[in-house]
Amino acid sequence: MAVVETGAAQPAVTEVRPRGATRREAWQRRLPLLPALIYTIVVTQVPFLVTLWYSFQNYFFDVPGGAHWTGVSNYKEVFTNAAFRGALWRSVVMTVVAVLVAMILGVAFALLLDRKFLGRSIVRTLIITPFLVMPAAAALVWAGPMLDPNFGLLNYLLQPFGVHHVAWLSTHALGSVIVVMIWQWTPFMTLIVLAGLQGQPADVLEAAKVDGAGALATFRELTFPFLRPYIELGILLGSIYLINVFDAVRLMTNGGPGTATTNLPFYLYEQVNNAFDVGGAAAAGVVTVILTIIVATFALRMFARVFQFEGAGS
Amino acid sequence: MSAVRARTRPPGGQRFREMSGHIGWGIIAWVAGIAFFLPVLWMVLTAFKPESAAETWPPRFTFSPTLAEFRLVFSGWGPFVTHSVIATVASTVLVLLLGIPAAYALAIHPVKRWQDGLFFFISTKMLPIVAAIGPLYVIALKTHLLDSIWLLIILYTAMNLPLAIWLIRSFMLEVPGEMLEAAELDGAGRLRQMGEVIMPVISPGLVSSALICVIFAWNELFLALNLTTTNAATLPMFLISSVPQEGLYIAHLSAAATVASVPVIIVGWIAQRSLVRGLSMGAIK
Repeated sequence: MAVVETGAAQPAVTEVRPRGATRREAWQRRLPLLPALIYTIVVTQVPFLVTLWYSFQNYFFDVPGGAHWTGVSNYKEVFTNAAFRGALWRSVVMTVVAVLVAMILGVAFALLLDRKFLGRSIVRTLIITPFLVMPAAAALVWAGPMLDPNFGLLNYLLQPFGVHHVAWLSTHALGSVIVVMIWQWTPFMTLIVLAGLQGQPADVLEAAKVDGAGALATFRELTFPFLRPYIELGILLGSIYLINVFDAVRLMTNGGPGTATTNLPFYLYEQVNNAFDVGGAAAAGVVTVILTIIVATFALRMFARVFQFEGAGS
Repeated sequence: MSAVRARTRPPGGQRFREMSGHIGWGIIAWVAGIAFFLPVLWMVLTAFKPESAAETWPPRFTFSPTLAEFRLVFSGWGPFVTHSVIATVASTVLVLLLGIPAAYALAIHPVKRWQDGLFFFISTKMLPIVAAIGPLYVIALKTHLLDSIWLLIILYTAMNLPLAIWLIRSFMLEVPGEMLEAAELDGAGRLRQMGEVIMPVISPGLVSSALICVIFAWNELFLALNLTTTNAATLPMFLISSVPQEGLYIAHLSAAATVASVPVIIVGWIAQRSLVRGLSMGAIK
């Protein structure tokens, strides 16, 4: 598995375009793109425009009379609302911790799987499986059979270590949710890092060995720098998915106890489903989107850079 | 560079040490793999328990297996699995129909600002759909799409399309330029070029792109939970309904979770090799 991607580099076929290429040619090129482009614009951008509109409206599902204009009062509420800030903070904590731990475990697993041993492909299959389990199923199985204080497997396994019937979801709710996020996303990181390891030129490693470099030094000086783009890619993609984690929160703790595990997606879900506050949720949504755009601008730049590591490893 | 030390073959003792090192790492890897897999194993094991054996302390590892809970699951999941299959298959087909031409326009005969196009698509993956869930609900209500399978098809297509475009494009870039030129010299139009040269080369890639879309659509819960109730409720919602307010449910839940997860697990096991490429949107080959 070698890594080559041309992301922002030149496409495979570059034609010499005649000066002042005819408009017909330009449209011929554009035409196949248009359906997907229009579809994506309509389905993904229109809801956000409507969100912007509702963020200036007072609109509760359960109050008759429909929406009416309230100016910026929804926004005032968002910025003075400790619940929103708390949810924002928890989203950041959950994502950062889960992504980093998953990456560290992923590197460790990848290093193990990069060695030759009996049944390697079976172990690899075992390790990727958690990623394939339906997130809703994973959340419910962890909440019940695994973590239940009275009959959960984890308490049983931890018994020799002095753990007795811990009610994980009430005493360590945030940690429990993060553990499930890590469990599901470590395989993803493992696969990406493993692909990197296997693309590593063998002759360089051989030379280092011949030079008498130790395993640790080889990893630090050669392997890690080589893996860096892969690690960055894994962190980037993992963050995009994990910032939106909803299933584990909704099904394991329902945001609780109290608001201990209420992250942004769950907060917005509650605003709409329990408070029926479309206007307030929309304003919170707009703020979320603006924050996302700020982060995404950096992320996209990183994307462009990561996808440009063309030829690395080959 | 230090001098290269010429080394004779390692004597027997050292070779033995190296071999036992191999075995040692192998054991560590196996232990890690099994530990990681344990929750899945426990889920499947619990699914075969009678309900009374599922909630015991200490947890039971031996029991007389029963298919009772599976039978119960199969008797109740009909509409849910139908909706899941329809939403997954239809959205994946739609993704390919829209994505293949778009990838073509970004790879083979690229439009002028193809980089902007690529980044527009990927940027939509970063917009949190949760932020628009209230308005989305209102839009669905007003267009009479609420609780309709069409709504899920439309949204899942939009969800997977950026991923598929990036991925398919990366496969198209691998079509040798000479093949395209040869076809052009033969006077093949763009449609024929597409059908006779590009499609055969990228078809394995299309399969793995489709698999990635299937995985994400099959597993999606947030949109289904918010926008459907009965007419379009999918398997993840069936799982939620398998957890009752009271009474024993652990074996039943495990059976439902197993049944719901197995299709994607098998697909993923088979497609292991292409999984990396799909998940990295074509960045890693």
